[in-house]
Amino acid sequence: MKYVAEFGAPELAQRLLDEIRATVTQPWTLMEVCGGQTHAIISHGIDQLLPESVELVHGPGCPVCVTPLALIDQSLAIAARPEVIFCSFGDMLRVPGSASDLYRVRAEGGDVRVVYSPLDAVELAAANPDREVVFFGVGFETTAPANALAIRTARDRGLGNFSVLISHVLVPPAIEAIVTSPDCRVDAFLAAGHVCTVMGLDQYEPLAQAHGVPIIVTGFEPLDVLDGIRRALGQLERGEAVVENAYPRAVQAAGNAAARATLEDVFETTDRQWRGIGTIDRSGWRLRPPYRAFDAAIRFAVDEITAPESERCQAGAVLQGHIRPTECPAFGEECTPASPLGAPMVSAEGACAAYYSHRRVDLRRREGTARANHS
Amino acid sequence: MTDPSTWSCPLPLADQPVITMAHGGGGQRSADLVEHLFLPAFGPAAAGAALTDAAVVELGPGRVACTTDSYVVQPLFFPGGDIGTLAINGTVNDLAMVGARPRVLTTAFVLEEGLELAVLDRIARSMGRAAAAADVRLLAGDTKVIERSSGDGLYITTSGIGTVDPDITLEPAQIQPGDRILVSGPIGRHGVAVLSRREGLEFGTTIESDCAPLHDLVQTLLAGGTTTRALRDLTRGGLATALCELAETASVGIEFDEALVPVPEPVRAACGFLGLDPLVVANEGTMVAFVAPSDAEHALATMHAHHRGRGAAIIGEVVAENPGSVVARTALGGRRVVLRPLGEQLPRIC
Repeated sequence: MKYVAEFGAPELAQRLLDEIRATVTQPWTLMEVCGGQTHAIISHGIDQLLPESVELVHGPGCPVCVTPLALIDQSLAIAARPEVIFCSFGDMLRVPGSASDLYRVRAEGGDVRVVYSPLDAVELAAANPDREVVFFGVGFETTAPANALAIRTARDRGLGNFSVLISHVLVPPAIEAIVTSPDCRVDAFLAAGHVCTVMGLDQYEPLAQAHGVPIIVTGFEPLDVLDGIRRALGQLERGEAVVENAYPRAVQAAGNAAARATLEDVFETTDRQWRGIGTIDRSGWRLRPPYRAFDAAIRFAVDEITAPESERCQAGAVLQGHIRPTECPAFGEECTPASPLGAPMVSAEGACAAYYSHRRVDLRRREGTARANHS
Repeated sequence: MTDPSTWSCPLPLADQPVITMAHGGGGQRSADLVEHLFLPAFGPAAAGAALTDAAVVELGPGRVACTTDSYVVQPLFFPGGDIGTLAINGTVNDLAMVGARPRVLTTAFVLEEGLELAVLDRIARSMGRAAAAADVRLLAGDTKVIERSSGDGLYITTSGIGTVDPDITLEPAQIQPGDRILVSGPIGRHGVAVLSRREGLEFGTTIESDCAPLHDLVQTLLAGGTTTRALRDLTRGGLATALCELAETASVGIEFDEALVPVPEPVRAACGFLGLDPLVVANEGTMVAFVAPSDAEHALATMHAHHRGRGAAIIGEVVAENPGSVVARTALGGRRVVLRPLGEQLPRIC
């Protein structure tokens, strides 16, 4: 893929790694906020290429992981209704609720469909006027504009049978919660590039300043991630703490004006519960009053459904970087990807699932084994 | 779509352009379907097909291999093939992977009421052509009709019998540390072809399924004197699943270089767009071969000389460490454990 494959070029990666090794003089802990970055780090083995004194902590930026159990249960209750076509991105189907998941609801007769865009769900609503079409609107600032657009489109087309179960969460309040927590051991953050594509940089400047942490807006290809790490370590070694944009090909300082205007029109900030972490003040979005008619939680009266989180699951401590997944007593025993207790074990981008994959094999490089056999 | 009026003997079917429950009743309509649709469409491959309760065939002395598989793909037609070619090639390839020469296939159809006969005819003709290309005979069959339900149209089950030469044994237990791992061609095409058609996704270029029979490539490889330990065709779950299964079954470790795995650029782009890993995307005409290290280059040259193996590559080797595990060496020089996907990545691909 032109202009993307280039961001995986091994020789350029080597140069960045050399520079990182030359920069680091003491141990540092960095958190990559976004699950997409975690995925890139694991799938390219970037964590093993860094100096041992640099630790990467996988942050809470996986929407599948932080969607609270109660909301999953609400989605299951709605999806089981006979009049409902429940639409979701594919990775939410396997997330366990208290007693079931969307796959099981579908097997038991619920009409659950995987879509690639909330606008596909709007089209379904238009094509099925006698059914209720509900879209599961999870995710960070990145997925919110499309959901806002879907809701506005449904309103403009008079589609009264369309609604969205909203669970939008926001990155800056999560960074703030982590950095102000007494156990925080994160020295710098790699901020989520695509969130900043939408929102811009202005919310991050005060965070970096107030808490003295470098925040590097970082992309998702291997070179992007390495460059983000290099810049973060450079700031830490120099004693700086500012916002740097390491993803300028996709992020402008002001963000995307049209998307921000749409978001401002449709959503307002609200307190949100994060799975495993608890409630963070003003850390999410809900529909503004003119759009509440499209709120599925209200339409189907499921907002009273609550659910206690597993007491054994330490997802909150993991997602905030307080402990490593392997330090959780349930890890790999009663909690595995095949039967997860908590969400970070569900998603391929989840920190626990990533560690589980690694733990099976000692991945330290053995001299003389790699690539000697092939020309 | 085929015009029913051009069929060999259209009269008994022409007044019924769709499948009805009567076609599965075992009576005249069922017989019409066999005589006027299936047999003409299957063509020479069905010469000698049993119109009795069972076919009797002479296979000669020695061992036989047998296998069966059901095909439920949606959509029925996709770039590079259809459910019919899949049903023939999939079963042919299962036989080929144990070194068998595919000889005889049986076909069972579950048809949904309302399926257009023209669609069924087109699929049956694909099966006839695919069977002829794979040199297998279609000697027995069955048809049932179910009431209109899911809208899928039809499901096909094929069972196959092949003969295995006396000196051939291909099985995972023979895999040993040091063996080289070859993949016979570029991966990921079938899954992306089906997905792009089903979801109406366009990726600039049309990606065609790799759906194809592999028996001749296998026989050529074996005839070339290569010490081949085991073969596995890459189907659902892709290369990652095949390697994980073999590592577990043979209780060996597997390591490979990601950069050496042939992935067509459009597949890589589509996977990037959809968040899929090409290693777990389905294939229907691509296999991995485990061969003795001293024969690896010869095996590669043999594959390259065959039209089904032109894109072959040596991707890695079997190791003694970490038995049961598969490790990918990344292009950047890192390592990661490759796991088989837990559930479906893409529903209904074969």
